[in-house]
Amino acid sequence: MAWEAVIGLECHVQLRTRTKMFCGCPVAYGSEPNTNVCPVCLGLPGALPRTNAAALAFALRLGVALGCTIRAESVFARKNYFYPDMPKNYQITQYERTLCEGGALPLAREGGGRAIALTRIHCEEDAGKSFHPERQGDRRWSRVDLNRAGVPLLELVTEPVLRSPAECAAFLTELRRLVRWLGVSDGDMEKGQLRCDANVSLRPTGSTTLGTKTELKNLNSIKGVERGVAAEIARQTALLDAGERVRQATLLYDADHERLAVMRMKEHAHDYRYFPDPDLPVLRVSEAQRAEATAASPELPWAREARYRDALELPAYDAAVLTESRDLGDYYEACVPPGEPKLASNWVMTEVMRVLKTRDWSVAEWAARVPAPRLRELLARVAARELPGPVAKQVFAWFLEQDGSVAELLERHGVRVAGGDEELLPIVRAVLDENPGPVAQVLAGRDATFGFLVGQAMKKSGGQAVPQVLQRLLREELAARTPRP
Amino acid sequence: MAIDRAEAARIAELARLDLPESELDRVAAQLSQVLDFVARLDELDLEGLEPTAFAPPHAALRADLPDGRTLEPGAATASAPEAEFGYFIVPPVVENLEP
Amino acid sequence: MSGPAPWRLSAREVAAAVRDGSLSPGDAADAGFAGPGARFEGEVHALLASDASARKAAAARVPRDGVLAGVPVLLKDNLCTVDHPTTCGSRILEGWRSPYDATVVRRLREAGAVVVGKGNMDEFAMGSSTEWSAFGPTRNPYDPSRVPGGSSGGPAAAVAYGLVPVALGSDTGGSVRQPAAFCGVYGLKPTYGRLSRYGLVAFGSSLDQVGVFARHVGDVAEVYRAVAGSDPFDASMLEGPAPDVSGWAAGVRGLRFGWPANLWREGVDGAIVAALERAASWLERAGATRVPFEFLPGAFAVAAYYLLATAEASSNLARFDGVRYGLRMRSDELATLYTRTRGAGFGPEVRRRILLGTYALSAGYHDAFYLKAQRARTRIAHEYAAAFARCDWMLMPVTPSLPFRLGEKTADPLAMYLSDVFTIGANLAGIPGLSVPMGLEASGLPVSVQLVGPADAEPVLLRAARALEAEGDERNIPPGHEKEFAWPGKR
Ligand SMILES: [Zn+2]
Repeated sequence: MAWEAVIGLECHVQLRTRTKMFCGCPVAYGSEPNTNVCPVCLGLPGALPRTNAAALAFALRLGVALGCTIRAESVFARKNYFYPDMPKNYQITQYERTLCEGGALPLAREGGGRAIALTRIHCEEDAGKSFHPERQGDRRWSRVDLNRAGVPLLELVTEPVLRSPAECAAFLTELRRLVRWLGVSDGDMEKGQLRCDANVSLRPTGSTTLGTKTELKNLNSIKGVERGVAAEIARQTALLDAGERVRQATLLYDADHERLAVMRMKEHAHDYRYFPDPDLPVLRVSEAQRAEATAASPELPWAREARYRDALELPAYDAAVLTESRDLGDYYEACVPPGEPKLASNWVMTEVMRVLKTRDWSVAEWAARVPAPRLRELLARVAARELPGPVAKQVFAWFLEQDGSVAELLERHGVRVAGGDEELLPIVRAVLDENPGPVAQVLAGRDATFGFLVGQAMKKSGGQAVPQVLQRLLREELAARTPRP
Repeated sequence: MAIDRAEAARIAELARLDLPESELDRVAAQLSQVLDFVARLDELDLEGLEPTAFAPPHAALRADLPDGRTLEPGAATASAPEAEFGYFIVPPVVENLEP
Repeated sequence: MSGPAPWRLSAREVAAAVRDGSLSPGDAADAGFAGPGARFEGEVHALLASDASARKAAAARVPRDGVLAGVPVLLKDNLCTVDHPTTCGSRILEGWRSPYDATVVRRLREAGAVVVGKGNMDEFAMGSSTEWSAFGPTRNPYDPSRVPGGSSGGPAAAVAYGLVPVALGSDTGGSVRQPAAFCGVYGLKPTYGRLSRYGLVAFGSSLDQVGVFARHVGDVAEVYRAVAGSDPFDASMLEGPAPDVSGWAAGVRGLRFGWPANLWREGVDGAIVAALERAASWLERAGATRVPFEFLPGAFAVAAYYLLATAEASSNLARFDGVRYGLRMRSDELATLYTRTRGAGFGPEVRRRILLGTYALSAGYHDAFYLKAQRARTRIAHEYAAAFARCDWMLMPVTPSLPFRLGEKTADPLAMYLSDVFTIGANLAGIPGLSVPMGLEASGLPVSVQLVGPADAEPVLLRAARALEAEGDERNIPPGHEKEFAWPGKR
């Protein structure tokens, strides 16, 4: 029998606020253990939470971008369970009345624009970290660091509508681009700023009922999601093909060994005893706040990608690369000379991105060194055929180290661009006069020899002529020398 | 509403409370007695009433700024029963795995 | 200085003496310990911790111009303090030192008050007799065979016998008003959201409120003024400034008090009914009008309360797990570390309530118990609102009985719970209640009445309490029951 996978994802997005969800401790990665903690996030007796306004603003930004329904009143609830990285042994989260409901994330690049429906997005606090057990003789223990406890998270839950591991990977890639685009998260999966669990079930292809699902945890890279989900689909397929049943289970994906392990669960393990947190008021979002978030919503990455493709007529590949981040897209747009989107795309995708890579710079760092108008001036002169390629690349290299406009840099380095017809015409004529043989060949229709004449002219100009201009002048002069029939 | 021994044991496990076997029956009986008393809420007319989760406050949210409460290094683990190198130490936290 | 011993002074008199330099904060703080403390503390056991060096250090730092300059205060041991341990009367927190002061404690210190120690309490404020303290019970200063009430029994007893003029407790279902009544002092449970809960170790978060004990109405007002008001660290507080209580002596002429006599038609001690009648007649003499009406019996409130408070408590007390602070029972396994630590660290009443609350919230019972109790809470709040449309406050008992004997109710949890039948309603409705001593009854036990008002009615409750205080005198102490610490009200 052919099986079809039904997959739902639960993604956790760590918000890039300055302080934690319910206290003023810094949100920082890599600090000494248990140094970014206070009575609140340590769960000390008597401490009380208070909600971070920036976390709500970020949540609204994401909710608006995804077209969610924003609740005017949502409720923080306590999810009760014991775990050493949860200081209060309950997590403050949202349960029945969550901040955002519905919405969808469009996957523009996969299969022609499928939108993945969302169930909800809600705010919650992160847990700390407990580390793998250590051992010394008979003694075994784990270490617990609560620096991450209380960091604001958004949990985003999809409907069970994803169909393949590749689609899961595409979803996460798009979600990562979006949260970075909106500035709500750094989305670094290695640092746990974006995490993902998957619910996977199989059903006979074409069926509309849902099979028994398993929960897959620990998918902490996009590759891991793709491989983990694929492994679980394979495992369930093998079970079903052998006539066995899939048992409800929680599995861990071990990315290092590319294998799944089933977590044993005690009975009653999932009685979370949710109830509204009496320490926190109802989370209110006014009509004005909602309108403000909507008005402030930027052009979204998939919309911009489509615009680059359709209005700027960039190849799909260019459009995707240039919208990888909002900074890059914004920079790109700011350096397009009139009517030359592709020229700018070529330069940004090759020259600029090469520098970003070799110097490990962010777009912002690059833009601080070479503001977009500076690059645009250079590209405008290239577009106007005023600069030969090698000279343009040389100017680009000087941009990195030196200040000054294109003209100033050329002047400073004594580079004279022979650009004008008056300047080049004598050179062209001299080349034609000095090379009667090749000229005769070209005139006889042997176009391959034309390149030789261009080379000679370029040489005579000292490499400072713009090749296109030389070519035009040569053609015009040759035409003038063509014997009339 | 009667709570039996097994139910008392289940709740105790959920609450992570060690209850000696000898106490289970007594606790079950006491809880049952309280629940019988609580059943009188059925006599109240609650038609159309919204639940009160808490007194309705209107507190503004907190600005995303440090509030001076972050503890000095070392203070967090100072009163911990067991700590080492700045970490809290607990018995091994292991996911129960089946291969 | 001449005049009465410092420990007999009101808080306002102590502050005035410290401000004018006639009394040093150190002497003011020591007076209660050297005088009545030496005579009664051994028997009463109101104190859990009292570090003389911490007391001296605190006295040395007092701002001499504060409204409570040099006033010694005792804090219930569930208010976090940096200079004394905070145990909540529990083994699980034995010896724990908070790295921070509760907001109300910080405000007291800023006003000049000297924290002299921590008062005994039922473990995690769960109890009505202070017999559930892990560190031994407190006894009633008027009759050591009887309980001081609870859960704030230590602070109430200490104020009663003269160790301190004022103290702070906490009131989740009557834990300030009931011990105040049993010990014959004033006990105010303010409007929910007017006193910060930051640093008050939570029992039932939506019901808990810090409360004030004092021997004089004016002292209640002064302490309330010093500690009330919004706190950025507590998101459950009301907006705007706390009500102004400076007019506490303004009288009650023209005001109306509710008289829900159906509540004490049966099951209430005759001495308490007599005290209610006496209080009503004094209030009428002072110009107030009695408005009789029927009111919803308190048993419904008790029923809703024991589901809601325990549900919240089961979650609030989950943090005591032996990992970050407090008691830890050794174990090689995480699961048993939790169960052993909590099993050994919590006493029987706390365990019972955690189990009840866990049950009320657990899958399958949530709607039948927790949700229903929440809706009952709404109904009860509506009942109060309807009553306060007809009067400015209600006069009612604090407790159905006079102080009971140690051991009388510990074996019967429900009987103990029902001793809060008149106090719990105010917690459910988030409204203020004030316990007012009416002197001693024939056998020498304190007898009190309760004033309950709508939200932010503290100024009115204090005015009514002052009207009663002004009427009381030596005639309210029966011959043969004079105590050196028993005050006639007038002052
Ligand atoms: Zn913190």
